[in-house]
Amino acid sequence: MLYFSRWKTAVVLGITALVCLCAVPNFFPEKVVDTWPKWAQRHIVLGLDLQGGSHILLEVDSNAVRKEKVEALRDDVRRVVRENRLGSPGAAAIRGNTVEYRLREGADPALALTKFRELAQPLGGIMGPTGQRSVDVVDAGNGLFRLTVTEPAMLERIRQSVDQSIQIVERRVNELGTVEPSIARQGADRVLVQVPGLQDPSRLKDLLGKTAKLTFRMVDMTAAPEPGRVPPDSEILQGSRAENRQPYLIEKRVVVSGEDLTDAQPGFDQRTSEPIVTFRFNSNGARRFAQATQENVGRPFAIVLDNEVISAPVIREPILGGSGQISGGFTVQQANDLAILLRAGALPAPLTIIEERTVGPGLGQDSIEKGTRAAWIGSLLVVLFMFATYGLFGLFANIAVAINVAMIFGVLSLLNATLTLPGIAGVVLTVGIAVDSNVLIYERIREEVRAGRTPISALDAGFTRALATILDSNITTFIAAAVLFYIGTGPVRGFAVTLGIGIITTVFTAFTLTRLMVAAWFRWWRPQTIPI
Amino acid sequence: MRIPLLRIVPDDTKFDFMRFRRISFPLSAVLSIVAMLLYFFIGLNFGIDFVGGTLMEVQSKSGPANIAQMRTTLNGLGLGEVQLQQFGAPTDVLIRIQQQPGGDTAQQAAVAKVRAALGPDIDYRRVEVVGPRVSTELLAYGTIGLMAAILGILIYLWFRFEWQFALGAMVANIHDLVLTIGFMSIAQIDFDLTSIAALLTILGYSLNDTVVIYDRIREMLRRYKKMSMTDLLNISVNSTLSRSIITHVTVTLALLALLLFGGPAIHSFTATMMFGVVLVGTYTSIFIAAPILIYLGVGTTRLSEAKEKETAAKDDIPARFREPSAPGRR
Repeated sequence: MLYFSRWKTAVVLGITALVCLCAVPNFFPEKVVDTWPKWAQRHIVLGLDLQGGSHILLEVDSNAVRKEKVEALRDDVRRVVRENRLGSPGAAAIRGNTVEYRLREGADPALALTKFRELAQPLGGIMGPTGQRSVDVVDAGNGLFRLTVTEPAMLERIRQSVDQSIQIVERRVNELGTVEPSIARQGADRVLVQVPGLQDPSRLKDLLGKTAKLTFRMVDMTAAPEPGRVPPDSEILQGSRAENRQPYLIEKRVVVSGEDLTDAQPGFDQRTSEPIVTFRFNSNGARRFAQATQENVGRPFAIVLDNEVISAPVIREPILGGSGQISGGFTVQQANDLAILLRAGALPAPLTIIEERTVGPGLGQDSIEKGTRAAWIGSLLVVLFMFATYGLFGLFANIAVAINVAMIFGVLSLLNATLTLPGIAGVVLTVGIAVDSNVLIYERIREEVRAGRTPISALDAGFTRALATILDSNITTFIAAAVLFYIGTGPVRGFAVTLGIGIITTVFTAFTLTRLMVAAWFRWWRPQTIPI
Repeated sequence: MRIPLLRIVPDDTKFDFMRFRRISFPLSAVLSIVAMLLYFFIGLNFGIDFVGGTLMEVQSKSGPANIAQMRTTLNGLGLGEVQLQQFGAPTDVLIRIQQQPGGDTAQQAAVAKVRAALGPDIDYRRVEVVGPRVSTELLAYGTIGLMAAILGILIYLWFRFEWQFALGAMVANIHDLVLTIGFMSIAQIDFDLTSIAALLTILGYSLNDTVVIYDRIREMLRRYKKMSMTDLLNISVNSTLSRSIITHVTVTLALLALLLFGGPAIHSFTATMMFGVVLVGTYTSIFIAAPILIYLGVGTTRLSEAKEKETAAKDDIPARFREPSAPGRR
């Protein structure tokens, strides 16, 4: 047990040194590290709880996506009905995920079935067509048809919505100019946004909470905006706060939508110096907008954002240049944000903030200081105690523990892992565990010495027997750490990471370094008794 | 090395730990029942991670915070139950707002209201908002996690030892968790994700301890085939006693440092760990996990097991060290 071949010693020391070296970049300021080669730049990332920042979990409103999908199907049904003269298009009704339609008397059910079936598209997967279709068509008899959006089609649509949402959220967050924001999908319908160093997330939340669906539509002047007397192709929408929440009757038909914008910039109105947003349409949008304004001079049109009328100016002259401006009693900040939202594009479905955790930079700094201080004091106490208990061997243990901690930081750097406050606690606890492995070995050696063994045989037996125990006991703790890693998020996961890595390095140092040190000492001094 | 080394535990202890089981078993049973009653009648102080709601750590920019005034302001907002407490320094206040009815958006609205009400003199050091769905999921994950950990460890022990050991360790384990949860109920420690981390760590540590003793018991079982089970367990626990104590002193030292200097953010975490690891864990492995093996019938199957294991033991220890006068105290 105590014999190490020369190459084995070299390998052990080599690995140890290498892993410890990985921790080096953490001791240099970021600017210095940036000039180093890429492979040497890996370092520990401070968790949001230590450096401050916002963790925001968003959920894509999958019900809205579902609803939209069924509504689209209803519109398709109406189109088919109209094109094939199957009855009155308005009779198509939505029931859950299903659109129901009853044919007019005398319409051909066979024709209807074929035409409705054409609405169903095969669903493609990565593995090619799956054999499933996007719509189930059921002929319920008596001219009644039921068209249902299949669950795979719904899920596919939700997946697409989340993908789109991630892109748009990314664009919006990047507009804030923060350092290294991270945006990632979580689960089926969630997006996790982590922005380090953000002190007040309210602006970010404002930006993320808006769908930013912009439409230009005509105001319906044929009726007063009163509930109950709304023409079928119009709807009542409220004005924004600047418009005193005044109700408007707005045509459902969209003249131009936000998708046709190529640019949006905040600015000031030249005459009133009020903050405004100027925008530019792409050629398609410009053409349609020009046509609409030419036809409707003297009538008001409405700029609608997320079902709220921002303004409803009267068209004084045709707007042909493909650009325009939105004024709506904005503050400078609001104009800025609206421009950002318009540039980034509309979300396919509303996002809801379902979890938020924000830590200010002051608290983060405090936590680092307190955590580090606690770690130093804890380690010092343990080191002193070990020395008092085991003397020279305690010293060996302390060296092993110090190297162990250095290795933990090395591995953390290598993995670009995140260090959190509970993570620091994990390091301190690892010091406890690491010491335990030495205690196990030394106590065993003490026992063997008491049993009357010679020094060499006591050392040998002590190591052999203790190491089996160390392995067993550490694996159980490792299982707990692994589970914690899987279920935990943020800080807790940070704890699991350091604990898990700590256990591995502990087993490594116990099996190699401690043994190496004791072996070297023994060979050098050839002691007659063991000072333990 | 002229300075005498510290010996916390004398070399040859011969405590009759097994006889103590007539006290420790009923004691643990009573304590477990008390803990469960505490859980059912006082209940855990669930944090926002598991019940949803809002937690804010705020700092007054101008001297000590006027908690009474803040309380009046916030209670006037109609947000339901709002709890305020000083947190660490006198300038720091922890505000807890219960889950708002009306889903996820309502929680965010509540935060905006509080921010508006408290005015500009406040620095928001930490804001955590957990919506109703996330909290339900987190609770489910936490519970599943604990179960999975127990199961995983059980399976590992079953492979590594005999099933009796796995069962014994499991009983000891659950005993630890129950007592710790009772402690958290009576101390009204915030039960959040960090607490799950603490519970899992306690699980790991306590098992660590149990496994060390079990390892020794297994070794003794292989070596002494005629010794009575009670004696064998006593010797095993006594010979690992020094290690148990020393390790717990070091863990206590580490935890003490975290408790005293780690700041309020990890205070409840370390307090729970202290209770679970230091107070319960050690006791359990010595007074529950070891003696329970008597009842689980480890002794009855051990003759045949021992024979089989003997060959394995021979491989472990070089021939010249296998003296016939191996360490034995009887």
